[in-house]
Amino acid sequence: METVKLICIGCPMGCDLSVDLENGVPVSVTGNTCPIGKKYAEEEVTAPKRTVTSTALSKDGVPVPVKTAGTVPKGAIFAVVSDVKKAKPSLPVRIGDVIVPDAAGTGVPVVATKDVSR
Amino acid sequence: MAERVKLAIIGGGPAGMAAAIGAYEAGVRDMVILERDTELGGILNQCIHNGFGLHTFKEELTGPEYASRYIERVKELGIRYETGTMVLSISEDKKITAVSRARGLFVIEADAVILAMGCRERPRGALNIPGTRPQGIYTAGAAQKLVNCDGFIPGKKVVILGSGDIGLIMARRMTLEGAEVKLVAELMPYSGGLKRNIVQCLDDYGIPLLLSHTVVDIKGKRKLEGVTVAEVDKNSVPVPGTEEFVECDTLLLSCGLIPENELSLTAGVKLNPVTNGPFVDDRLETNVEGVFACGNVLHVHDLVDFVSEESERAGAAAARYLGGSAEKSEESVVKIEPGDGVRYTVPSTVDREFCDDLIHLRFRVRDVYRSCAIVVSSNGRTILTKKRRITVPSEMEDVILKKTDLKDVTGPVTVSIAGV
Amino acid sequence: MIDKENFFDVAVIGAGVIGCAVARELSRRRARILVLERESDVCEGTSKANSAIIHGGFDALPGTLKAKYNVEGNAMMDRISEELDVPFKRIGALVVARSEEGDETVRELFGRGEKNGVKDLRILSGDEAREIEPGLSDDVTSALFCPSSGIVCPFELTLGFAENAVKNGVVFRLNSEVTAIGRDGDGFTLTAAGNEYRARAVVNCAGVFAAKIREMIAEPDYTITPRRGEYLLLDKNAGGTVSHTVFGTPSKQGKGVLVTPTVHGNLMVGPTAEAVDDPEDTATTGAGIGKLKEQSALNVKNIPYKLVITSFAGLRATGDTGDFIIREDEKVKRYFEAAAIESPGLSSAPAIGVAVAKTVCDALSLEENENFDPVRRGVPRLSHMSDAERAEYIKKKPDYGQIICRCEGVSEGEILDAIRRPLGATTLDGVKRRVRAGMGRCQSGFCSPRVIAILSRELGIPYGEVKKNG
Repeated sequence: METVKLICIGCPMGCDLSVDLENGVPVSVTGNTCPIGKKYAEEEVTAPKRTVTSTALSKDGVPVPVKTAGTVPKGAIFAVVSDVKKAKPSLPVRIGDVIVPDAAGTGVPVVATKDVSR
Repeated sequence: MAERVKLAIIGGGPAGMAAAIGAYEAGVRDMVILERDTELGGILNQCIHNGFGLHTFKEELTGPEYASRYIERVKELGIRYETGTMVLSISEDKKITAVSRARGLFVIEADAVILAMGCRERPRGALNIPGTRPQGIYTAGAAQKLVNCDGFIPGKKVVILGSGDIGLIMARRMTLEGAEVKLVAELMPYSGGLKRNIVQCLDDYGIPLLLSHTVVDIKGKRKLEGVTVAEVDKNSVPVPGTEEFVECDTLLLSCGLIPENELSLTAGVKLNPVTNGPFVDDRLETNVEGVFACGNVLHVHDLVDFVSEESERAGAAAARYLGGSAEKSEESVVKIEPGDGVRYTVPSTVDREFCDDLIHLRFRVRDVYRSCAIVVSSNGRTILTKKRRITVPSEMEDVILKKTDLKDVTGPVTVSIAGV
Repeated sequence: MIDKENFFDVAVIGAGVIGCAVARELSRRRARILVLERESDVCEGTSKANSAIIHGGFDALPGTLKAKYNVEGNAMMDRISEELDVPFKRIGALVVARSEEGDETVRELFGRGEKNGVKDLRILSGDEAREIEPGLSDDVTSALFCPSSGIVCPFELTLGFAENAVKNGVVFRLNSEVTAIGRDGDGFTLTAAGNEYRARAVVNCAGVFAAKIREMIAEPDYTITPRRGEYLLLDKNAGGTVSHTVFGTPSKQGKGVLVTPTVHGNLMVGPTAEAVDDPEDTATTGAGIGKLKEQSALNVKNIPYKLVITSFAGLRATGDTGDFIIREDEKVKRYFEAAAIESPGLSSAPAIGVAVAKTVCDALSLEENENFDPVRRGVPRLSHMSDAERAEYIKKKPDYGQIICRCEGVSEGEILDAIRRPLGATTLDGVKRRVRAGMGRCQSGFCSPRVIAILSRELGIPYGEVKKNG
């Protein structure tokens, strides 16, 4: 039995989590104050994931804030950003518009988080 | 001729918008939001990271998304707003002098005013960092605007002084934009930002956080060449012999936020020297009748959700004031005072007779306290106790009192941390 | 072959307050005048970082050039500030003593001032001094009161001279460091930034670099030691701490630490005095700042150091002769110098400008320029206007309705004027010195991204090329 200590990033509370692992498989989570904490802890010790936010630059250089529509594997963060930087969306962009359909092969799309015209 | 309006809201960021919506829902129609930027949303427009809205919307949003929810609502309700408008002064009788490209200089006479101007960043000068004054030194927020709104990356090798949330967020942001963030130095022995930001902005990218460290020298004539970082002792004095030169072309400062109350002062509003925000009562009303304050202009928050909630209350309170139903009694006002381990409280007074049924008490602790309890008491009688595994100065505390708890209270109410 | 347009009657080296004052005074004559400046803007050296005081003239020893030009310069300031639209206030100065020795110095300064021709000097008891300046320490035993002492905006003074010079035909070449000077008949050739210039006369106003310039053309006979002075600038909310300039009694190291309101309403404390090797070493130090706090507190009570908004340092051009060096060289005719201009250099600048210009004009027999216009108008400032004037002005110029710097209330219109006027700003610091955007309590945290955007647009350069200074 192995215990991993984590700080939850599910919300700004930052709960101190403790995960018990048996052969690398999480068997119990303590310290969480909501279900997000449990899910985060279980994922974090097996396959950590993050939401990525960045800016794409429109064809004329205007930054368009974007995010991954869900979490992506932590190891894919830089590849996701690289795909975002390759996208050159045309303005205007509406909030929720898909900027990259499948970011770095994660299956997760990148979407605009703000209306940008100009 | 001065324009007349029932309610003027100074600032169209999260606080101003929520206050307007709160006032609308409480019946006010004749109001205007005055916003200095070209669009509503305030600082949220440059906070493109996620982590907003879990309390308010039960989902995780980015700053612009969180702002857009409120912008849409403001538009839907037909609340009037004027962007590109800088308020220059507010008189004690609530005459607002403002200026904009479209309208020139104009005066609005308001029956009530909600102060929602937010805060600004502490500059280098206030930190007394010696050295040269080259290009490459930015407050974290200014750099955030340049990167996120203007698409300009100010440098390649970055040192960040101060572990406030904006600094932590910018550490990750600069890393993802290809810069090398060498370290984050924090003067205090604990972080100034939220724990989750240390995990996902520093730890994820292997960026060291040096607690009890500061920048003691800045080198470079025209352009920044590097900074000297040193350890500090318990009194925040640099320890000789611990200096280390770190080459960098960019220094970001994330060393605290100051509520922006220059306008409040023109209106005669009294400020709390601890928060640098107005003293307010349980209705978030300042010492100037009909002038309310909410959000970061009142006290610096770490969660926008708290700002929105507080500001909606300010809006509702202003509505009640305008409706003439805001009863008050001098005799039933009791003070709320910070006790052991507590730096300040908002509000600083409560009218136990005419207050709402529930009273939000917000405050920050002085230090990191483990296994402690928040105790609200009066004249030795405990009104409320809340156990905490840990309390930290970087995270605002929020306890809710019931009006019924205050029924028999006569003297001041004290908020303290037990076991300190 | 030197390009014909690079032929001048007079070449002034250095666009600090002295060079600009000399150039402006020279432009009263019919002549082709050139100013060569190594930096990208005027007022980039000693002139931009000093006490900003127009001294009374009681400090310098009688008979010195310092005494003469200080008193003359002070007397000229009312007219100069009117003509050139330069903020200037005669707020008066107090030199305060806290001991018998200090009292003695106060009496000595009084005598010196009388000899130098300083008007209205008075010796006050400690209580009398505290009556007119309640911020003074209880330890103050006596004070010299000099009502004619004043405060000025040193940037505006330098810009006023420079812009008025341009108006009257003077040519400025910025980013033009002089690297060689040669004798050419009875004139000179000057090399600067790859260009060759010819001039019938040369005036060295190169500040901390004056000795280096001299070496190019004449026998070295003095040295200039850069002497660093560190300052603290406090928020406008602290501006009322004192209403006069308060000096301690001077010592050999200089006038000591002063506490003064600035002409824009801030409070300033400084300077330290420390010889440095590097003529560009304007770094502040922890020790220096500590010393300022310690020494200022001796004379003035309750300085709210919590309200410091910035610290900075400047370099005085201290010569080894003890006095200003203002002369035509004995051997190299038509080579003129205004060197070793340390304190009271700013106060003396108007008079030095007149004196140097006169000797140059006499040497070259220059005729009067009857088209000379002595008037320069600064950028119209919203903060100086009444509400009615503001409303009227914004109607005419909507750019004045867009506030860019919230701390100092500076509009886009003012920033555009600062960039577009002759010798306009090309850097963030250039904008700051001209219209104070970024000079306030947030120290440009709010406005710098906005000013960068405006500079980028106006100068047609990408963000990355917008510089803070130089």
